[in-house]
This record gives sequence, structure tokens and C-alpha cells, in this order.
Amino acid sequence: MELDPLLLSRLQFAFVVSFHAIFPVFTIGLASYIALLNGLFYKTENPAWDRLALFWTKVFAVVFGMGVVSGIVMSFQFGTNWSNFSYASANFLGPILSYEVVTAFFLEAAFLGVLLFGRGKVPQGVHLFAAIMVAIGTFISSFWILSANSWMHTPAGVELIDGRFHVTSWIAAIFNPSFWYRFVHMGMASFLTGGFVVAGVSAWFLLRGRDVDANRKALSMCLWLLLVLAPAQAVVGDFHGLNTLEYQPTKVAAMEGNWETRGNVPLLLFALPDQEAQTNRFELGIPSLASVILKHDPAGVIPGISEVAPEEQPPVAIVFWAFRIMVGIGFLMIGVAIAGVILRKRGTLYTNPLFLKSLVGMIAMPFVAVLAGWVVTEAGRAPWLVYGMMTHAEGLTPSLTGGMALFTLIGYVAVYAVVFWAGIYYLTRVVRNGMLPEDEQKEVQGEVERPKRPLSASHTPFDDAEPARS
Amino acid sequence: MDMFDLSLIWALIIGFGIIMYVVMDGFDLGLGILYPFAPDEESRDVMMNSVAPVWDGNETWLVLGGAGLLGAFPLVYSVFLPALYIGVFLMLAGLIFRGIAFEFRFKSHRNRRWWNRAFCWGSAVAAFAQGAVVGAYIQGFNVEGFVYVGGALDWLTPFTVMTGLGLMCGYALLGATWLILKSEGHVQEWAYRITPVLLAAVLVVFAAVSLWTPFVNPDVWARWFNNIQLIWVLPALALACAIWLWSSVRRRSDGQPFVATLGIFIFTYLGLVASKWPVIVPPDHTIWDAASAPESQLFLLIGMLFVIPIVLTYTAWTYWVFRGKVKVGEGYH
Repeated sequence: MELDPLLLSRLQFAFVVSFHAIFPVFTIGLASYIALLNGLFYKTENPAWDRLALFWTKVFAVVFGMGVVSGIVMSFQFGTNWSNFSYASANFLGPILSYEVVTAFFLEAAFLGVLLFGRGKVPQGVHLFAAIMVAIGTFISSFWILSANSWMHTPAGVELIDGRFHVTSWIAAIFNPSFWYRFVHMGMASFLTGGFVVAGVSAWFLLRGRDVDANRKALSMCLWLLLVLAPAQAVVGDFHGLNTLEYQPTKVAAMEGNWETRGNVPLLLFALPDQEAQTNRFELGIPSLASVILKHDPAGVIPGISEVAPEEQPPVAIVFWAFRIMVGIGFLMIGVAIAGVILRKRGTLYTNPLFLKSLVGMIAMPFVAVLAGWVVTEAGRAPWLVYGMMTHAEGLTPSLTGGMALFTLIGYVAVYAVVFWAGIYYLTRVVRNGMLPEDEQKEVQGEVERPKRPLSASHTPFDDAEPARS
Repeated sequence: MDMFDLSLIWALIIGFGIIMYVVMDGFDLGLGILYPFAPDEESRDVMMNSVAPVWDGNETWLVLGGAGLLGAFPLVYSVFLPALYIGVFLMLAGLIFRGIAFEFRFKSHRNRRWWNRAFCWGSAVAAFAQGAVVGAYIQGFNVEGFVYVGGALDWLTPFTVMTGLGLMCGYALLGATWLILKSEGHVQEWAYRITPVLLAAVLVVFAAVSLWTPFVNPDVWARWFNNIQLIWVLPALALACAIWLWSSVRRRSDGQPFVATLGIFIFTYLGLVASKWPVIVPPDHTIWDAASAPESQLFLLIGMLFVIPIVLTYTAWTYWVFRGKVKVGEGYH
């Protein structure tokens, strides 16, 4: 069998970027939560906030460290596998991606050390300021990354001269037509992720009766947040979809599984898209609802996938099903948030074991939803790398062979399997250890700390000591 | 914009970033290479503690350089990375493993042996890959127009294997002299003993590369023997530093061996730059051919001029905070 370097490179990029994305998606939300906890402690001086802040900062340190390690690989992927794309788009993407790195360094150099190691050593107000700056920094980082990504979906502010993009307007290129939709949608996804993780871990502690007071506070906060954010995200997602309908109609057609341009398009609940036959099998849908959602009119005409030639169509089944996974989890989130309000009214929010267990089960869901969402938008852009201007095949490294791409794909999977195992294993130990009793906290603060190394902010041992050594 | 040659400014920034990376990550990679040869587990603790506060700051220069290249000299980025595809992967895998090992070794007891191995092999592979990159740069690349058209393993030749092993020796030398600076007692004595051996190895490679290069690349030969004779100052200074290193080790000086080794690296690096300047993607493309559009270089330059002083200040502060000797049994666990 001939190995296809294009397919293997796309798989490799999907793998390394998905692996990387789960860390920042969590840390962006968590950083704001930590800033909020520090702020609440600053204002009320209630030690419960401080304990929560300390605990979640430890978790943040580990996840941030994993994000940095996996991020290094990302900065080389563009060159190794997509060198034609890198060369062609460097005038815009080079500075934008570099600014992301610059922001990350500035943040790390100036404020992360103070947040992780400054507790008890710098004035409380300074520590709070550092926490806020770290939170803002994570947003600035995602601003640059999402600008670069949005530009690939809705390129603007550039002209193509001799195979290279030249920037004609930085403002138009950075704030390209899909940028704000993506930025808000992704920012809210990060908050939802952070919210569900914190809620799930708090529920886990409550089920075991540990640190009941602090964890009740954390759970209560999270559920209020989720009650607002989960429905709001559905609205924002809808606006994002309308924007996509305007600029990338084929992607929306694939999301809806709509092959022909027509009115009264049903909202499909189930279907098996058959790309070869250019139709769906086993369709089950609600009549005209897709038209109502996208055009606010049952007769609204929605463009079909067949508007473009088969070789210019995205992989419909992948986009179709990834979209349903994302939306399905979105509704699940809304359901959990509403169940929270009902239980709160009944006064059993912190004690209903079924609800607490389902919150623990929900921890992984936002990550799945985020990855599914990225699959929708990225696979839905295919075969374009820069929409309408450069295809995946044109962007690929010309010298790349299938064997080379397979070698590194297997290599990255192997390396990440080890790193991921070690990271998740360690993270669960940090969480299991939970919040330290007061006297142990003081002891930790007394130690000589080394700055700037995220993981060292967490003092949990990696494994149990063997009897001979301590 | 014609007032400033932006490509020249960027070449200076990237060149500065590379040498910062090489000497700073060099000594902590070097300690990883020396790891299995350390006399005991106690010395290994000291070795790791001596770089623990600074190593990831050192690696920021690599990421800064990579991103800067894409922004300022995209041709370098889009030729070197495909041409060195396998090598880049090995380097990244190596750096990831040693990074993770740094964090988990101290928190680990039963599994410490495995983290030791990951630290050593990760460092050795990363150092070898970086040395091979230098060799590949001297060799030049098979480029048509602005695209790499060579094979996956073109970079792997006897010459690049030698430069790879050579840089491993060089980093080990940096690591050993850093350890002299940061340790005392039997750890320091061990570092004193291995330094002359490593220096000899480095000098052998240095001589071999110098003799071999004309066969690999005639342009470099022409530069050294037909052109500006002033550049002979650079290898002469590198050799002077080697002699200084040897004598300072004999005198059992604490700090001088490390400074002398830095000198060897910096003058060798400048010699390499002088061999190739202004070619950045050999054999043909200069820094001006490889540049991105001036407005892009300028846009990014504004941010870099803002952030580089901050990173430098923070780096200096970190080194200042953790100055002095690392004692056995001290440090963080």
C-alpha cells in the first residue's frame, strides 16, 4: 500500500494539536477562576477561598507545564510537514505566532513565578495582581492563536503575490471576519471546561466528605456560572454558525448533512452520510428545523454540499457527526446546570449522590466537546488550508514521503503516550491529596522555592517512597 | 524603511538568540550527557539541582528562535525543518523526555532509575541532533528555487555524525565546567578530572572539522584561504581560550574554566558565522533572499525589542538568585 504523506501529515497535525489543545482550553478557564478565588480571599479574608486558590493553583501548575511541553512541538510542525504553507503565509502567520510566543514568555517571566511561588512572600495585593495578569495573559495568547486560525478560515487583509501572502492591512487580517465569533465561542468553551472540572472535582470531594465547607462554596459558584454560560454558549455558537454560513457555506452544509441546495431543510438527528453516492442513508430528522435555525424561516434556502465539486468537499460524515457530538454535549451541559438549580431549590444540591456522581462523570465531557468542535471547523475547511486560496495538498512539504510522516506520527504518539500517562497519573495524585491542612501549608511556604518551574509548585510525590529511601 | 536594514537587524537578533541558546541549554544538556558517568547518586542530585532553576528558561531561547525564524526568515524555517525532518523529531522527543524527567525525578523514588535514563538519553539525543544541524548547515541543502527537494536522510552523513558527536563533547565540556563552578568536594573534584579529557575530545573534533570542511564545502575553504585574513583571529582566540581552560583547571580555579569554555563556544560560533556570512540557507540563499516582507519584519521587531530586555533581565535575576554552590543534600525535593 502506498503511504500518503498528505493524509499522514493531517493525522499527525490533528493528533499533536488535539493533544496540545486540551491543556490551554483548561488553563484559560482555570486561570480566571484562580484570579477570582484570590480576589474573594483578598476581599473577605475567608480562609476557604485561600485554600481553594492554593489547591487549584497546584493543578494549574501541572497542566500549564504539560501545555508548554506539548506547545514546543507545535511551533515546529508548521515547518516540518507544511513548509510550503509556512513559506507562503509567513508574512502574516510568522509575526502573529511569534507574538503568541512573546506574550507567553512575558507572562511567564513576569507574573507566573509570582503567582506560583510568591504566596506569602509578596504582599497579598501583588499576588492578586499577578493572578489577574496570568489570567489576562492566557487570553492574549489565545487571541493571537485564534486570530491566526480564523485567518485560515476567512482570510482577509492580504494579497497573494508570486505564491506568497503579503499583508495589505494588519487590522483586517488580524480581526478577520470569523475572528470575534471564534474568540468568544472558544473563550466561553474554556470557562465551561474549567467550570465543569472544578464542579466535578468538588463533587468528588463532597462525596467523600472532604473539605466540605470549601468544596460546597466552589460547587455552588461553578453551578451558577454554568447556568449562565451553558445556554449562552448555545446562542454564541448559533451566531458563529451564521457567520460560517456566510463565509464557508459548504462547511455548514456538511454540518447539516444537506447535499442539495433547497428550502425546508430538516434538522437531522441521525444519518449516515455517503460521500460517494452524495446522499444520506437512514435519515431521521425534524422537518424544516435547520432552515428555521439558519434562516429564521421554514422555507429558507440552505446551500447544499453539491454546490462544489466532490473533490472540493470536506469529509461530510466526520463533520456531520463531530457537530452532533459537540451540540449533544452542549445540551447535556445545559441539562446539568438546570438540574443544579432544581436541587438547589430543594436544598439537596450538596448531598444528592446521583447528581454529584454525574458531575464527576461530566469532567471529561467539555474536553470531548471542544475537540469535536475543532474537528467540525478544521475538517469542514477541507480541502482548503487557507480557505479558497491554498489547499492542504499545496501547503504540504514537497520533500515529505509517506514513510517519513508515518515514522514521526508513530513517534509522537509514543512520546505523548508516555508524557500523557505521567502527567495524568501525577495530576490525579495531586487531586487525591487534595487541600493540605493548615499546618502543612505553612511548612510548604517555609521551603526555599525555585522560581519559574510550573510543576515544582506542586509538592505531591510522583510515587510512594520505597521503605529504604525517604 | 530604507534607513534600517531590517534583515540585518533580524540576523543579529536571531544570531544572538542562537548563541544564547547554545551556551545556556548547552551546559544543562551537557550535564545530562555526563549523568551516567557520575560517581554516585548524590552527585547526580547536585548536578540536577545546579540547573533545576534555570533549565526551562534556557530553552525559551529555542522557542523564541524558532518563532522568530518563521517571522523574519521563513525560508530558513521552510528549508531546514523539512530537510532535517527526522533529526528535528529526535531533538524534540529528546527535549520532551528530559524536561519531564527534570520535573518527575525529584518527586519520584521507586521510578527514579527510569527518570535518570530519560534525562540522560533525552539530553544526548537532543545534543547530537543539534550538532548534526550545524554539520548540515556547513554541508548545504539540496534546494531548487525556494523549496527543499532532497531526501529524508540527506543530512545524515559521516560529516554530520562527527559534528553531532562533536557538539555532544562540547556540551559535556560546558556541563563539566559549569559543575566546577557550582559544586564542591568530591563532585567538583570529579568534574576537574574529566574536564581535560573532554577538552581533548573537543579539540580533536575541532581539528577534524576544520580539515574536513574543504572537502564538504569548497566555498568555506575559499573564504578562509583566499579572502579576508582577519577572520583567523577567531580560531586563534578559541585556541587561546582552550589553553586558558587547561591552565585554569590545573590551578583548580572555580569560575575561570566555565568562562574559558564559553569563550571557546563563542569564538567557534563566530568563526562558523564568518565562514558562511551572509549565506543563511546554503549553498545560495543570503539573509536578504530568506527574509519575509519588510512590513512583517518591522511589525514583529516592535514586540521583540520590548520583550527581549525583559527576558534578559529576568534571566539575569534568576541566575543571581541562585548563585553560589549547590551543596550535597540541599535543594528542593
